[in-house]
Amino acid sequence: MEELGLLMQGFAVVLEPQNLLLMLVGIALGVLIGVLPGLGGANGIAILLPLTFAMPPVSAIIMLSCIYWGALFGGAITSILFNIPGEPWSVATTFDGYPMAQQGKAAEALTAAFTSSFVGAFVAIVMITFIAPVIAGFALRFGPPEFFAVMFLSFASFIGMSKGPALKTVCAMMLGFLLAAVGMDTVTGQLRMTFGSTEMIRGFDFLVAVIGLFGISEILCSIEDGLRFKGERAKIDAKVVLRVWASLPKHWWLALRSSLIGCWMGITPAGATPASFMSYGVARRMAKDGASFGKGRIEGVIAPETAAHAAGTSALLPMLTLGVPGSPTAAVLLGGLIMWGLQPGPMLFVEQKDFVWGLIASMYLGNVVGLLVVLVAVPWFAAILRVPFSIIAAIILVVCAIGAFTVSNAEFDITLMLLFGVVGYVLKKLDYPLAPLVLALVLGDRTEEAFRQSLLISQGSLGVFFSNWLVSTIMAMGFALLLWPVVSWARGLLPGRRIRGPATA
Amino acid sequence: MPPAGCSRRSLLLGAGAAALASPTLAQRAWEPTRPVQFIVPAGTGGGADQMARVIQGIVSKHKLMRQPMVVVNKAGGAGAEGFLEAKGARGNPHMIVITLSNLFTTPMATGVPFNWQDLTPVAMLALDEFVLWVNAESPWKTAAEFIEAAKRERLKLGGTGSKQEDQIIGVAIGKATGATLTYVPYRGGGEVAVQLVGKHVDATVNNPIEAVTHWRSGPLRPLCVFDSQRLANTEKMTETMAWSDIPTAKESGLDVEYLMLRGIFMPAGVQPAQLAFYEGLLERVRETPDWRELMQQGAFNTTSMTGDAFRAWLTKEEARHRTLMQEAGFLA
Repeated sequence: MEELGLLMQGFAVVLEPQNLLLMLVGIALGVLIGVLPGLGGANGIAILLPLTFAMPPVSAIIMLSCIYWGALFGGAITSILFNIPGEPWSVATTFDGYPMAQQGKAAEALTAAFTSSFVGAFVAIVMITFIAPVIAGFALRFGPPEFFAVMFLSFASFIGMSKGPALKTVCAMMLGFLLAAVGMDTVTGQLRMTFGSTEMIRGFDFLVAVIGLFGISEILCSIEDGLRFKGERAKIDAKVVLRVWASLPKHWWLALRSSLIGCWMGITPAGATPASFMSYGVARRMAKDGASFGKGRIEGVIAPETAAHAAGTSALLPMLTLGVPGSPTAAVLLGGLIMWGLQPGPMLFVEQKDFVWGLIASMYLGNVVGLLVVLVAVPWFAAILRVPFSIIAAIILVVCAIGAFTVSNAEFDITLMLLFGVVGYVLKKLDYPLAPLVLALVLGDRTEEAFRQSLLISQGSLGVFFSNWLVSTIMAMGFALLLWPVVSWARGLLPGRRIRGPATA
Repeated sequence: MPPAGCSRRSLLLGAGAAALASPTLAQRAWEPTRPVQFIVPAGTGGGADQMARVIQGIVSKHKLMRQPMVVVNKAGGAGAEGFLEAKGARGNPHMIVITLSNLFTTPMATGVPFNWQDLTPVAMLALDEFVLWVNAESPWKTAAEFIEAAKRERLKLGGTGSKQEDQIIGVAIGKATGATLTYVPYRGGGEVAVQLVGKHVDATVNNPIEAVTHWRSGPLRPLCVFDSQRLANTEKMTETMAWSDIPTAKESGLDVEYLMLRGIFMPAGVQPAQLAFYEGLLERVRETPDWRELMQQGAFNTTSMTGDAFRAWLTKEEARHRTLMQEAGFLA
């Protein structure tokens, strides 16, 4: 148990008063960053990075990684309260979190989200502590075909999850793919569908679209309903945390499964966003009454939050062991490492033991501290819903505009956000599901890229997607999930099971 | 007594030296009056971004400027977004841009209306090297052996982006030797290095800083460097090799040379005094130990230029890139 000894040394480093203070500062800043849509962990850390040059590297990474944990926690808050995902990985949390808030269960949803975030992170940290080298080796097996297979699995686990007519789901998803394709095409280096406009060169940033589609369109709907929240007022009481905790243990299997999905996606490195979608999709599929998802099921909050936090945490592993960031935020941290004079990659574990184990110890402590901070604040967050809508709507609108602007410092994105708001409103009125659109928009270009890279490698042969056990297994899982609805439908047709289908006779 | 006198003299000397070292306030005709926007025409975490953030850190740590410097990433369209923004900011002295080879390649490959002459060149900070890497478990020990193999079978070259520096080198290798390499584009240099460690591609032309950790830990092997002379750093990076032990491409019988500009530009139409301020600022950045450490770590070619020499270099490089891109069929 060499690891335990090193970990204890790490704790000794982290528990220095100065580092503890930086940890608290980092968590608080992180929650703030997570709450403001668009600012995001990556931007927040990039802004604060120069402040850390004067610090020793361990202190610097403790503060910055705590901002990261804080942002992971904070992203859930606006998703649940206002249907506005603060971070891309919180989109799936809105599906059930917002309905819960509308039913007056905002505090429950927040508690569940924070607690499951913590659980996910904890599983990931334990994994990092003890089996980091093995896992790092596994990540090396992921080339373009494997990456495509993982993306395929994400889509497959998600298909059929919207309740709308199949054709509308397909339409929404195709619209997402179309939007994802705008801008620079990595494979050919050509601009696509920009129509000569300089503003379109950037493509449609996922966050701008999501802020508009979810946040602005929600405000439009509320205005139509007469300037008030549709839901019941949250009943706030301090015991809610304990009550939710008492109900959580029965979801242990869901939490474990979501953690594993998260860890896997974080390492590969596909990141927290696909992890949250996949976990939500699988949870819905595995539930006996999947149809009730999307109407305010606590499982619908637990699954994506656990997976997102597990992925966000384990995304740091490929960064440390391979020098490849598992998420945009990790990419900025990676830049930080280099500036502090540390070379990320396999040698870090050998040459900078203090640093690595200090960081790992700070993950344990940072998440415990983070959980305490956000749980204490739950009643206050939930109380925001008591502010009259006519006031809060204006604030949300301003915050959304700032968020959309911050993503890439472009004024055009604010216009775009408003446009997406109108589009989202119209789609809602026409009963088109937004989830498939968002999924395709966020994963579309990475999926396309991986597919085309694979075909470049194989010179056009589709056999590359079944060329080894790893990629074949993932593809097979994907097809299994994809065909599941067909299979269960076919089973219903079998003689003797035809209980409720006389029309097909 | 003597110690006291001595210390007073050294104090005086110190003050004199300080007055000499920093151009006095009267001489410094212009300095920024607002925060300076530092545009990076690439994503966060890449080589240009790292360098910009190091410069930002050095400027604030050593208090080289009174106004803050703010790094802004404008990566859209392979950097076109950032360049077009700088082009549109004619006469704005509170904006600088760091460039990589996309200064030349992006407008050529995409037809975006931009040219380096739309900007004011300030200084070349360094040139980034390219090294031919293969997996250490592969049978190829020299560039010649690799090229021989590439002529016999179809080998895959992984690189960053499309129709940019990595692919240009790939095409140049093919042109010089007759071997055809299948180019597979990825998003960033770190990812490319790991794809080679995982044997998903057969070779890469990663910058030193992108692949050094995998070289030191064992899985990668450098074959040659695409410079006219060997790298300067003689410190042993592995048990047996230093950067300076990597042969040049030419020594290995491969006539390909490529270096990437790491330079700073301003919008067009700025005053000479404003240009002079940034030239002086970057000069002082280059003198700091932090900068030297970055150069050392990334095994950079530390050539630097300003003024007419830099302009002449840019003109020559642009023509060379046009030829390379044309031969490769990459022009829009």
